[in-house]
Amino acid sequence: MSKLTMVEALNLAMDQEMARDKNVCLMGEDIGVNGGVFRTTKDLQKTHGEERVMDTPLAECGIVGTAVGMAVYGVRPVVEIQFSGFTMQAFDQIEQNMARLRNRTRGKYTVPMVLRTPYGGGIRAVEHHSESREAYWAHTPGLKVVVPSGPRNARALLAASIRDNDPVIFYEPKAVYRAFREEVPEEPETMELGKAEIVREGKDITLITYGAMMRPCKEAVLDLAEDHNIDVELIDLLTISPMDTETLAESVQKTGHCVIVNEGQRNCGVAAEIIARLNEAAFDCLEAPIKRITGFDVPFPYFQIEEHFLPESEEIVSAVKETLDWQ
Amino acid sequence: MAAQNQNDKKTTSSEEVLSPNTPSSMNLSPIDLGQIEVLQILNEHGEVDKGLEPKLTDEILLNTYRAMVLGRAFDSRMMTMQRQGRMGTFAPNFGQEACIIGQVTSLTKDDWFAPSYRSFGAQIMRGWPLEHLMRLWAGFHDGFPPPKDVNDLPFSIVIGSHVLPAVGIGMGMNYKKKKDCVVVNYGDGASSQGAVSEALNFAAVYKAPVVFVCENNGWAISTPTKKQSANQTFAAHGIAHGIPCIRVDGNDILAMMCATKEATNRARNGEGPTLIEAITYRMSLHTTADDPTVYRNEDEVKVWEARCPIKRFETYLTNKGLLDISSIQKTHESCEEEVIVARDKFYGMDPADPTEIFDHLYESVPKELQLQREEYLRRLRDKGIDQ
Repeated sequence: MSKLTMVEALNLAMDQEMARDKNVCLMGEDIGVNGGVFRTTKDLQKTHGEERVMDTPLAECGIVGTAVGMAVYGVRPVVEIQFSGFTMQAFDQIEQNMARLRNRTRGKYTVPMVLRTPYGGGIRAVEHHSESREAYWAHTPGLKVVVPSGPRNARALLAASIRDNDPVIFYEPKAVYRAFREEVPEEPETMELGKAEIVREGKDITLITYGAMMRPCKEAVLDLAEDHNIDVELIDLLTISPMDTETLAESVQKTGHCVIVNEGQRNCGVAAEIIARLNEAAFDCLEAPIKRITGFDVPFPYFQIEEHFLPESEEIVSAVKETLDWQ
Repeated sequence: MAAQNQNDKKTTSSEEVLSPNTPSSMNLSPIDLGQIEVLQILNEHGEVDKGLEPKLTDEILLNTYRAMVLGRAFDSRMMTMQRQGRMGTFAPNFGQEACIIGQVTSLTKDDWFAPSYRSFGAQIMRGWPLEHLMRLWAGFHDGFPPPKDVNDLPFSIVIGSHVLPAVGIGMGMNYKKKKDCVVVNYGDGASSQGAVSEALNFAAVYKAPVVFVCENNGWAISTPTKKQSANQTFAAHGIAHGIPCIRVDGNDILAMMCATKEATNRARNGEGPTLIEAITYRMSLHTTADDPTVYRNEDEVKVWEARCPIKRFETYLTNKGLLDISSIQKTHESCEEEVIVARDKFYGMDPADPTEIFDHLYESVPKELQLQREEYLRRLRDKGIDQ
């Protein structure tokens, strides 16, 4: 066990998966000699060679499209798109080929690839560098969408995504990249995709979130317990699609209350989808309307004011109290 | 380090400052499009250029001829079926048989073919049963996957979207140290797509064993090439990306076969991609939903009728003593019969299974899709559809 940041944990996962399976390769802009703009792939080219850690031309659509072909041919590419805002360049290949080639060929061809990309705000980045558009990918049939929240689950989920035979969009919360360290076991570890995790059991209200929003939610949970004697059940979604509706519904059936926090835009967002599912699966147990705290339906603001846009723990505390006080 | 060294030098050439990681000589001469080679072996009268004539066996020549005739017979029958309401919208190959078939004659089973939708002549040659292709165009999901042992991508529908994956397959061949290659075709219209330029660039950078066949058939639905591109030489895209390129008479089967053979040889030898621009003409409709009389002059079509790829090959084979009037007629009849047999087989096939839409999206069906499937099956039951 050593204490790693999320960046180091992701690096460990890729290093070990490449050692385990010679078909695993990495593709992306500046990932080789430079080790990636966030240094997530640091030294991997030194260890595994230029043929397996490929510095690509600067063309996101080209990277994803060629990775699809490699995957069809039996290679297992792990693609890095430098910032999630740049995945829009690759939308074409994600939608037309990565997501649907298995379905188009009725399973004759598979696309076992991972598209890693840092998402979200909070690092004072320039425009187009802070998007949280996981809802796009969850809306696309054929993809799995995974969002880790800390170093240990990031490592285990990335290893599982690389081994998965379906295409995975792996959204890395870059605000968490170096925010804290966590014990990560040296021996390979995976987590099942499609499973949410109950991070803290509680009886009063269910708080659902994922990725970078786990940190303000954890703060809120402590405040609520200490200052307001409210016992929150905190759930980390981990996989956005396919979604673990069962775990969410069981929790809400128990607590009767629910608040959802997601950083991405509200309209047709992940919180909206969770509310719809809970309506179907737990309506008769609800004692108050479900509240959501999300990004607003505007482009992510420039960094001088980004802190006001991102959900914070005070707001989450208020939303939990309002939901419990509703009558 | 490099920058430091340059600063230390008293005289630094401008090239080094501008581009420190490239060689010191800078070639400023313009690209000469006139340098692009042009290939025609069989002219439109069926006369062969003896100096260029390939040494092909009689068997190969006659098989290729039959594939062209079969492609056209399939085309005509599909058109009839579509007009009878028994076939979906489809894209005829009529007039492009040499270009379409000539590009796959040098491929082996281990090679890959990534076609656009106007390619069934080549798909038949690659081993797709005719009734399978009918099934595909008639709207059955099970028509899409290539048959067992046929390494083809399913044809692309979104223009140019298959070219990047085709290059990726070539990169996969390099990764796995295989000596195989990929042929990918696309049209003059697709050349305008950014993804196609990216594909050419990736293939060149990674020396992927890919043969790009740009089928310049004059029209992208109603858009003529002069509106598609200010540069009417689509082969020049190769120059822009550092890929050897050639313009070929796409209605000359011998030229298509020779150019592709040379390109696949280069690919197999690790010399990287080639771009072949095949000049041909879409004699028929874009698809059966199209009416070209709205946008093009029929006089133009007549000019190309005289350049028919099948007629000129028939003339050549007749002059060689491999065909005569009777064997030509027999070939046409046997192809027509083969298509009719396939058509009847197709008519006898099972109806589409509406219950399988959830089965192939993921390796195993996720819980949420299982629930949606149950909902869907209830819907089918309510409509009285047997499962």
